[in-house]
Amino acid sequence: MTDIVLNIDGKEVTAAAGATVLDAARQAGIHIPTLCHFEKLEAYGGCRLCMVESESRGKTSYVVSCLYPVENGLVVRTRSAKVDKIRRLIIEELMAHAPEAPELVALAREYGADKDRFEKEPIYCILCGLCERYCAEVKQKNAIGFVGNGPEREISFVPEIAAKECNDCKECFPLCPTSYLQAAFVLVESLTFAPAAAEPVAAQG
Amino acid sequence: MSEQKIDGIIEKYRGKPGALIHALTEIQHELHWLPREVMEKVAEALEVPFSLVRQIVSFYKTFSLTPKGRHEVHVCTGMTCHLRGAAKLMAKVAEITGLKPGETDTDSRFTLERGSCLGSCSIGPELIVDGKHYGRMTPDKVEDVLKRYE
Repeated sequence: MTDIVLNIDGKEVTAAAGATVLDAARQAGIHIPTLCHFEKLEAYGGCRLCMVESESRGKTSYVVSCLYPVENGLVVRTRSAKVDKIRRLIIEELMAHAPEAPELVALAREYGADKDRFEKEPIYCILCGLCERYCAEVKQKNAIGFVGNGPEREISFVPEIAAKECNDCKECFPLCPTSYLQAAFVLVESLTFAPAAAEPVAAQG
Repeated sequence: MSEQKIDGIIEKYRGKPGALIHALTEIQHELHWLPREVMEKVAEALEVPFSLVRQIVSFYKTFSLTPKGRHEVHVCTGMTCHLRGAAKLMAKVAEITGLKPGETDTDSRFTLERGSCLGSCSIGPELIVDGKHYGRMTPDKVEDVLKRYE
């Protein structure tokens, strides 16, 4: 495996072939914001927040760094006026769904996003898919999945599997950037199966 | 009878996760909906998680989680058909069948659906019943067409 040398924010960075721009940047201590990325999972490219400006053979384009593979001579800029603008828009759109999510509030402050730019439609889920992918890839239980399409898309537990697996696991809870996942779990639990005895869900961190 | 047929379809695709949509489509055509028990059987036989089956079924409009009628009536309300009088056609079909778009009648004869451009603008306004296209449809002619489907 030959190492690849690229330039991120004016810094020479070496990365293994096949690594993504995000990996390379993180290795070099350069921060790129993400919402749907998690080290243990396959890259998803869902939130688009890790968008960076990439320049290769004189051509500038905007790519999602969590999926874009490194290449020799690539010049990456993680902050530019246009990148910031793209990220600001993404944050503003997500905030129409989850206006109070702590991660989004912090990002909005950093990028000067206006949380009231778009009309609110609080579904409290930003469809990052972290819970669903964690359950499928790491736990291999598939207790939760997406249902619906377009504006009706939402996460939903499979009651039969959730009743067996979820009370002892709940490892997806801390991954969720909003609190919607826990709300969805409490709902399915109260509707379809009994919670673990003497352990109210509200007490969970 | 029908149950054997469903099992036959499922057996045909056993162990082939990639054939999920094919299997579901065939079952949908047979039963006109996908009951949960059938979805569970499909998940088990094709070795895919049930959550994925549910995701696919709820994603595509072809699949239905509630029983549909024996005949699916689609009235195109796309722009061209709209300009050629689809609204009147839809009103007439709704009157004949007693259904609003998305509904199924009590004896499961018809399910009425609205389509946004069904792809045959040149012969609009268009009506599709069970995949058969009827072009240049008018409120006067539509009753005769629907009579053919019992």
